Amino acid sequence: MQVNEAFTPTIVAFCCNWCSYAGADLSGNNRLSYPANVKIIRIPCSCRLNPMFVLRAFQRGADGVILCGCHPGDCHYSTGNYYARRRMTLLFSMLDYLGIERERTRVEWVSAAEGAKFAQTMNEFVETVTALGENRRLEDFRCKVR
Amino acid sequence: MQGQIKEKAIALLRSGAADRVLGWKLGEFFYDLTPAVFRTPEEVERDFVFSVFSGPNLSKYLIEESKKEGRVAAFLKPCDSYSFVQLQKEHRIARENVYAVGVACDGMCDMKSIRAHGVKGVLSARQEGDRLLLETLYGPAEMAKRDALPERCLHCKSKKVVDFDEMMGENGTECPDCGRFDEVERLEALSAQERFDFWRGHFSRCIRCNACRNVCPACSCVKCVFDNPDSGVAQKAAASDFEENNFHIIRAYHVAGRCTDCGECSRVCPESIPLHLLNRKFIKDMNELYGAYQAGADFASRPPIMDFRQDDAEPSVIYARGGDRA
Amino acid sequence: MQRIGVFVCWCGSNIAATVDVQAVSDALAREPGVVFAANYQYMCSQAGQDMIRDKIHELGLTGVVICSCSPRMHEATFRKTCEKAGLNPYMVEIANIREQVSWVHKDKAVGTEKAIVLGRAAIAKVQLNTPLIAGETPVTKRALVIGGGIAGIQTALDIADAGFPVDIVEQKPTIGGKMAQLDKTFPTLDCAACILTPKMVEAGQHENIRILSYSEVEEVHGFVGNFDVKIRRKARFVDETKCTGCGLCTEKCPMRKVPNEFNMGLDNRSAIYIPFAQAVPKVATIDPRYCMMLNSGKCGVCSKVCEAGAINYKQKDEILEEKYGAIVAATGFNPISLDKFDEFAYSRSPDVVTSLEFERLMNAAGPTGGTLLRPSDHEHPHTIVFVQCVGSRCDASAEKGKEYCSKICCMYTAKHAMLTREKYPDTEVYVFYIDVRTPGKGFDEFYRRAVEQYDVHYIKGMVGKVVPEGKKLRVQASDLLDDRQLVIDADLVVLAAAIEPDKSARPLATKLTASMDTNDFFTEAHPKLRPVESPTAGVFLSGACQGPKDIPDTVAQAGAAASKVIGLLVKDKLIGNPCVAKPDELMCNGCSSCEKVCPYGAITYEDKPFRGPNRTTVYRRVACVNPAVCQGCGACTVACPSGAMDLQGFSNRQIMAEVDAICR
Repeated sequence: MQVNEAFTPTIVAFCCNWCSYAGADLSGNNRLSYPANVKIIRIPCSCRLNPMFVLRAFQRGADGVILCGCHPGDCHYSTGNYYARRRMTLLFSMLDYLGIERERTRVEWVSAAEGAKFAQTMNEFVETVTALGENRRLEDFRCKVR
Repeated sequence: MQGQIKEKAIALLRSGAADRVLGWKLGEFFYDLTPAVFRTPEEVERDFVFSVFSGPNLSKYLIEESKKEGRVAAFLKPCDSYSFVQLQKEHRIARENVYAVGVACDGMCDMKSIRAHGVKGVLSARQEGDRLLLETLYGPAEMAKRDALPERCLHCKSKKVVDFDEMMGENGTECPDCGRFDEVERLEALSAQERFDFWRGHFSRCIRCNACRNVCPACSCVKCVFDNPDSGVAQKAAASDFEENNFHIIRAYHVAGRCTDCGECSRVCPESIPLHLLNRKFIKDMNELYGAYQAGADFASRPPIMDFRQDDAEPSVIYARGGDRA
Repeated sequence: MQRIGVFVCWCGSNIAATVDVQAVSDALAREPGVVFAANYQYMCSQAGQDMIRDKIHELGLTGVVICSCSPRMHEATFRKTCEKAGLNPYMVEIANIREQVSWVHKDKAVGTEKAIVLGRAAIAKVQLNTPLIAGETPVTKRALVIGGGIAGIQTALDIADAGFPVDIVEQKPTIGGKMAQLDKTFPTLDCAACILTPKMVEAGQHENIRILSYSEVEEVHGFVGNFDVKIRRKARFVDETKCTGCGLCTEKCPMRKVPNEFNMGLDNRSAIYIPFAQAVPKVATIDPRYCMMLNSGKCGVCSKVCEAGAINYKQKDEILEEKYGAIVAATGFNPISLDKFDEFAYSRSPDVVTSLEFERLMNAAGPTGGTLLRPSDHEHPHTIVFVQCVGSRCDASAEKGKEYCSKICCMYTAKHAMLTREKYPDTEVYVFYIDVRTPGKGFDEFYRRAVEQYDVHYIKGMVGKVVPEGKKLRVQASDLLDDRQLVIDADLVVLAAAIEPDKSARPLATKLTASMDTNDFFTEAHPKLRPVESPTAGVFLSGACQGPKDIPDTVAQAGAAASKVIGLLVKDKLIGNPCVAKPDELMCNGCSSCEKVCPYGAITYEDKPFRGPNRTTVYRRVACVNPAVCQGCGACTVACPSGAMDLQGFSNRQIMAEVDAICR
């Protein structure tokens, strides 16, 4: 459908409720803009991010997936982001190993006070993924509308 | 060894030390041994087989067998014993109902390797020293046993039985310099496109027969997520490339930290997909990032994926690792 | 299939200006399961809430999606609305189209499109929502206040006056905190001790207050209403119940070369000491670092002179285990270390002092008996230079000091300058400042009095360097208003050092699982609307541990924290959060993966009977979650290989449905 338009990637951002989702809200409060193709899904903690969700996003046509959580040591649940850190490191390394460009996946720690960092991170990530182009290596053609 | 093990099995049943014996019997072909439970000395006498093809890992069967009435004796090779310990750590095996007989192992042959060395029509095989004596349709043949070993045995991580009540043969030791990650390293050094092509080439053959899952001692969930319609990932058939990738990534992830690297997944894959290379990638990453860890080597340690250190590497570490910077 | 109502809020023009709300409600009306979609000016207003209620009744809605501000803002509001209308409150989902759409995307077409996508995701999630019922837990009607400064004392007094028992844990041997060290207080110039010590005594004698001085919080477990706390009572080597506080031991103690913390190290105390005359509890404490008896076994003088027989060299640390319903952090502040500010010669000259040291030099109970004397030669200083913002409002790139304003320095410096001029009119007083910030009742008047009535020389500009030269301190500074360099030969230089949270705050926050900002101040649940609550339920904030504060603000916040605590403790039961983990026993392997990652110890295992083949019964080890202890982080749900563990309200299927809707 949008054949001749510039490529705008679909980005799914999983944000923990306590820090990063609040950080995203703060970038709204401060009117700091970031691309609208970033869609945020609120999860209670970064440790709620099941690798299956990441794969699901790629399956359904996401071009990049980013996880934002509280800074290590600041987790509302004290240890959640430590687990998330290991899990995502291993998962993303595995995706890389399978030839999925590692730049399509990212983890960033954004506190509730870092609205500016949230916006900046999203701007950077969208730029990176846009440069990579459409995700073709891990998508399900049945899920593509276009 | 066959004779001694059979005698041991019979003795255990006769003395009442065990009510059942977990071992191997012939499958469709002589080189295709299959796990089996023997209840009487007669059954053992008739059907029990221990040979250079006794590769199948028996530990997974102890999940069910150890929960039944009475005691089960099991013959465990080093690989099997790691899985045995790991399953005990996960409270899956009732240890008190198991009599574990450790069996020393110097590698289990694989018909694929034998054929790869040009020997066809094999009718029987027998080990003598480090040689393998074969009878074939075309007359006798002989080869180095080493040449008949699959990849997992060539890069054996440990010849040590880690948990046993009794040992048959002399227990071996760990092999720290087995080079089992060499192939993973080779892949890591490729470009992203090359890696993608490598895996796509392999995964495209996947027929979702679930053999890898069914044989894997770590994949012993009461109900697998891929069979659960509520999980959102249940799929009966691989209708697109994605399903194959998804299945194998999730499977490898679910066994990460619990996989003992026994190599059964690759042994049973009818499409010869090198699935162990997925598991080894996780193991290698965990070793490098979080310190050396061998699942099933002890009873106390925690799988790295269920543990953390405050100064763990950040996920961005992967941007600076591996081969190309595609 | 749910019957879903979609309500799109304009938020005045906050949303409507950059999102076509009509287009959003039109698009969402076509989503499967949606039986009603509308937009309205202010959904959170009474009229908006009434509309939701009416539509629930009228159309028999089973799910509600509100496209509005962040769920962090009004999720609770709309849940209550639905609950009142008879709908389970957990059948509500919020699509955040203000903070995450209208405020960040200026292009109306783009914003509208994104708002529709987020609405679809919320609808997809609601499709899978199930009514959740919150559990109830009892409340331990007792509070713990950590820190015994003015903040902790005031909070404890207010809670105790309401009839609830309170324990104050103070790491120092006495309560009183920083305020006890102050001389006079701005803007009224009444003496700090005169207004603080009666409160200390009141706390010490209050029937509902127990003071655990010289103690530290060791471990905190549990959750709001039901905290289990381990408190370490450090050995003071004096039996508190026997010591009469006569002070004879402190006079006779031969070890007299211990820097006196209370006087900021400007004089010495003995190894056995009572920090100051009005200490509460007024009991002696042996400093084990200096006591000769404890270190070499030789001495024992204090034991010999103590008529009460209170000295006990064998005393050991004691661990108290207590239960509380609420915890208040009141850990206070300290001036920063000036190690990195060499330009002010603080470490090189004893006559460069911090404001807190100056406070002691002015205090009648201080090392000089209240006469202002230079620490080096005990002479009257005739020229005094005050330097403001030392370590406050620093540039982040400077890698020293703090970025924030310490808030109290302008006022106390004005106070110091004024008091000096009043007591010693022959003294020239200079104050170097970046800005003078005096918001507060009577504050600016106070500052102007210092300038106008007391002739304090206020100079806008920073001091570049302080060089000790003979008996003088050569102060090199710039006057920004006159654009000239100044050199002042001063007798005393007073640095208004920035304040920072006490070092104990960070480890305490970890124990409490309370969050902190980058400066180690405790974070509030909401900076404006919930300023005295930590995001961790049941943990409240009092005083400077939340941010720099003067005494009036601290006392006000202490009272506010107390009223929040009282509001919690008067409840007999707490309604829990039903968004907790729930295992599916039929799929559970009993492998303990979930238990390993649970930070709250909420997961236990049971052998439960299941139907086996051929009408047999098999027992299997399965996980059980205590919903009162589970906080709903979801760590277990990902650790579970079989997917038996799921999180209510954020289930695997719900999140995947959101993913699908977004990627659609």
